Amino acid sequence: MKNPYLPEPCRIVAIKEETDIESTFTLKSSIRPQHGQFVEVSKPGVGEAPISVSGFGEGFIELTIRKAGHLTGKILESQAGETLFVRGPYGVCFPADLFAGKNLIVASGGCAVAPVRTLIRSRLADQEQVSRTSLLFGFKDPQSILFRDEIDDWKEAVPVVVTIDKEACSWTGKTGFITAHVPDVAIADPATSYAVVVGPPVMMKYTTQEFMKRGLSPENIYVSFERRMACGIGKCGHCKIDDSYVCVDGPVYRYDKALRLLD
Amino acid sequence: MNRLLKNKECNSLLGGLSADYRFFAPVRRAGRGRLSDTDLITYDQISSVEEIVWDEKTLRSAKEIMFPITETLMRFDQKTISQPSVVDNRGIVIFCRSCDIHAVSRLDKIFLDNGTSPDPYYERLREKIHFVLMECADPFKSCFCVSMKTNIPEKFIAAVREVDGGLKVLSQRRTLVDKLSTIGSECEFELHYPKQNGTEVFPPQTLDMPSELYDHEMWDEYSGRCIACGRCNTSCPTCSCFSVHDVMYDKDSGQAGERRRVWAGCHIDGFTDMAGGMEFRKSSGARMRFKTFHKIYDYRKRFGENMCVGCGRCDDICPEYISFSNCINKVSEQPGTQGESL
Repeated sequence: MKNPYLPEPCRIVAIKEETDIESTFTLKSSIRPQHGQFVEVSKPGVGEAPISVSGFGEGFIELTIRKAGHLTGKILESQAGETLFVRGPYGVCFPADLFAGKNLIVASGGCAVAPVRTLIRSRLADQEQVSRTSLLFGFKDPQSILFRDEIDDWKEAVPVVVTIDKEACSWTGKTGFITAHVPDVAIADPATSYAVVVGPPVMMKYTTQEFMKRGLSPENIYVSFERRMACGIGKCGHCKIDDSYVCVDGPVYRYDKALRLLD
Repeated sequence: MNRLLKNKECNSLLGGLSADYRFFAPVRRAGRGRLSDTDLITYDQISSVEEIVWDEKTLRSAKEIMFPITETLMRFDQKTISQPSVVDNRGIVIFCRSCDIHAVSRLDKIFLDNGTSPDPYYERLREKIHFVLMECADPFKSCFCVSMKTNIPEKFIAAVREVDGGLKVLSQRRTLVDKLSTIGSECEFELHYPKQNGTEVFPPQTLDMPSELYDHEMWDEYSGRCIACGRCNTSCPTCSCFSVHDVMYDKDSGQAGERRRVWAGCHIDGFTDMAGGMEFRKSSGARMRFKTFHKIYDYRKRFGENMCVGCGRCDDICPEYISFSNCINKVSEQPGTQGESL
């Protein structure tokens, strides 16, 4: 049987600098993830970490990586042509089929736009879904905006709110946290609308509350958790919350379940 | 079949089987105890039954035989990644008590059943392992196996009782019966199991722990006492968490190295740390709650039985004298913990 811990070498075919501390790596890979899944990425000798997939297609995956620690720092020093080691995909995906034909609001903050990007792309590629989709993004400041060009393209098709935490010179758009803008999102019928909320724990806690104030039930909200993981396959125990293993039962959770997971 | 074997006969049986099997049992390592002038009682390989320690509990369980403290997952150089092979292909026979046999079934759930696929490193050691039950009619003071329903084991190839100068052996295993029939003499041997412990616990029964218990003030005391040393985790026969580290053989050349897993523990600082500085369960009290619920609630919710097997090692080893058995009972005294039983 195949050893699930052994990663595959994947060549970096392109690197796009998104911000000062984030880049998107395109890797040659046969891995076919679903929206919201993650892979374990490593550099031998440095370490391994779970990274969500921000894009995929025939023969490639994209990973948008923020320089946050030792491993990600080393990965960001990599050049095109070099190799990263990858295994996966892992975890529960967003239920895109459930969202089909329904209104969907995607709210995400900072580098958490990466795990929802493929879901958004697939919605916008389908004319049926476009009119039922709206997007809400929060970033720290104008310099931190991820996928800037792509978000501009999305604005052509669907309602998009981009907000930055505090006022900044050169910024004429919206300010404040995402929570402040949930009240303005058009929600025709909360009973048949879904929200995907992904970001840091505090952001998810308060943003989901805002959506619930708008009439969405926890059953219609999906979140995605981020945890330390050493295996990705339900063994190492680092990501366990209560009786749930984020790597196998998550990272995507329906909010009525997520609400009951207490760290 | 019941046989009485003199030590010499036992040893020649072990010797005869040593080409195909390794034998592990609780042994004494003189002067290596955690206090000065004390011995360490630990599981290790034996070649004679006189080495087996019957009257003291081992500091740690037998889990490191199938889940080594440090284990190489893969080796790598500039071009390739390879999986190390097993060094010793012999079968493994472990002499241990009922609680430790039950504990391995808890590890099996995590390493073989949980998640998307079995853990190949655990599986390849586990499939070699057989248990010989050491009769435990008179358990140690801190044990609570009867409360945890682990006093009677399920799977073992033979059971043994220490008698003066030898062992009484009981086995139904055909291959073993054939071997034993030519050694020693017939004897009476009715196996006794623990019926009562010095420590009694009442694990919660609910499948839906009241949410008030998650930040209940009962955990605050542990924040003040626990020093996050993780001894309870390492001594626990069912703690299965690990971290993974890459190590280069020669840091300067950076040519070759290996990826290792190492035991980790939920009480120890850094267990939940993520790149960027986020961490969960900062206080020792929150960690105590996490571990306690895992052992007597979460695991049961997921797998249908309690994880804790009541060996009492965590109570024996804690340098701050924190009693896990007492903690279980404190949880069970809270309203709403006795709900629906499995």
